[in-house]
Amino acid sequence: MVNWIKNDGPNSDVVISSRIRLARNIEGIPFPIIMDDKQAQQVVKIVKDAIFNSNTVLAGEFIDLEIDKLSDIDVQRLVEVHVVSPDLVKNRKRSAVLLRRDETVSIMINEEDHIRIQCLNTGFQLENVWDLADKVDDVIEENVKYAFDEQLGYLTCCPTNVGTGIRASVMLHLPALTITGYTKGMLQTISKIGLTVRGLYGEGTEVAGNMFQLSNQLTLGQSEEEIINNLTTVTHQLVDREWAARENIAKHDRYGLEDKIYRSYGILSNARKISSKEAMDLLSDVRMGVDMEILKEVDINTINQLMFDIQPASVQKLAGITDGAEQRDVARAEVIRQRLNKK
Amino acid sequence: MYCEKCKKRPATLHFTKIVNDEKTEVHLCEQCAQEMGKVNTMFTPFSITDLLSSFFEVGGEGQQTIYGQQALKCPQCGFTFGDIKKTGRLGCGHCYVTFREQLMPILKRIQGRTEHSGKVPKKIGGQIWLSREIKRLKDELNKAVAEEAYERAAQLRDKIRELEGKPVDGQGRW
Repeated sequence: MVNWIKNDGPNSDVVISSRIRLARNIEGIPFPIIMDDKQAQQVVKIVKDAIFNSNTVLAGEFIDLEIDKLSDIDVQRLVEVHVVSPDLVKNRKRSAVLLRRDETVSIMINEEDHIRIQCLNTGFQLENVWDLADKVDDVIEENVKYAFDEQLGYLTCCPTNVGTGIRASVMLHLPALTITGYTKGMLQTISKIGLTVRGLYGEGTEVAGNMFQLSNQLTLGQSEEEIINNLTTVTHQLVDREWAARENIAKHDRYGLEDKIYRSYGILSNARKISSKEAMDLLSDVRMGVDMEILKEVDINTINQLMFDIQPASVQKLAGITDGAEQRDVARAEVIRQRLNKK
Repeated sequence: MYCEKCKKRPATLHFTKIVNDEKTEVHLCEQCAQEMGKVNTMFTPFSITDLLSSFFEVGGEGQQTIYGQQALKCPQCGFTFGDIKKTGRLGCGHCYVTFREQLMPILKRIQGRTEHSGKVPKKIGGQIWLSREIKRLKDELNKAVAEEAYERAAQLRDKIRELEGKPVDGQGRW
């Protein structure tokens, strides 16, 4: 159903995905927060023209999702696979999303800013993802005059994005660091170096399945490369520490670890009704088991895909059911059983 | 646990709001939460507007200045500083010009710095882009020389000369 998750990225054991988001606005038009419908349409047209009429290969690679015509479930599903942001959904009647066919780039129009370029791929490849975002940005800029200030850089609706307008992030799976209690202190330490940790779906969301989104907090005064390097260095450290913690647990309590992983696998393969929170936590154990080559009954891609497919709208879409938490929990258990028991 | 609002259906959504260290918890069912506008998605992105607005509350002398400026309106979008304070957002790019004086200390508090040093759009940037690019290349050149990577240094030097509009010396000499 979704492409980008299936890509094989480098170092994808701990780093699930890498993402760059750029915030841009068009000079002379109010930001979406106070623009009228006519101005919103004007922005949509300007950006669409900039992409579809450009003389680059990009022109043929994008499709207009026509998000205003999609059902709520379809839109929600796009949020769950990180192709569009929750903020865009709030405003989707006058927004637009241009998506690259392989789903690694989405251009959100009239989210909080006029233009949000998002590039996303599996594994640890921030630099590749940044190169791509940079190129898409250049293509748009050929036909659009950005709101830019010599001192302050790219001007954005929220002052927390002004400057580079960049939010670079990696999604990390840190089960062993969570078990050992290290992640609790991580938040404080990390904020001191201009980074921030969030849950799976960004700002204000809870951590589920031991997945953490690590991103830069500051956007002004550092170049994009510095921001990415900073994030890369910290990510490398966390990956090393996560593996050290895993090896340490394996050394001191091998049976306990295997037991935990196989119990989680057992529940997932047999449950008849399961919430997304429980499923995420159990999938986290199984994922660690696969990474550590303890559990060989299932491959990592199946688990990665499941972590997205068990989210509420995705389950509803896959199972073809209408809203309702209980129905959803039954359908979710079925989706998981089918995938895990498939040989 | 039952929903705090309808008290009939089980509470499946739990919100924690922390304002000024005061923690409030709200427990709702999906339906009531949707009606109250707490969620329009199936999970709950909470707004950082509250948090952000607090950055605009400046204590002491600064406060007076800022309140004194509340009537000032952005000529391009009509936003006032009061609007910015309330929403934690700006109305348009020109607001950064209109409210520059008030915004600078706030940006300093949020971002730590107030000088952009990243990418510059080529079209608008023109000269800014050129001088920053030259500076960046010179930094790289110094690094290359320090590392004794002379071939790379020569390439960088040619590139710098090209940008500065000076003729490139094909002999590879300085």
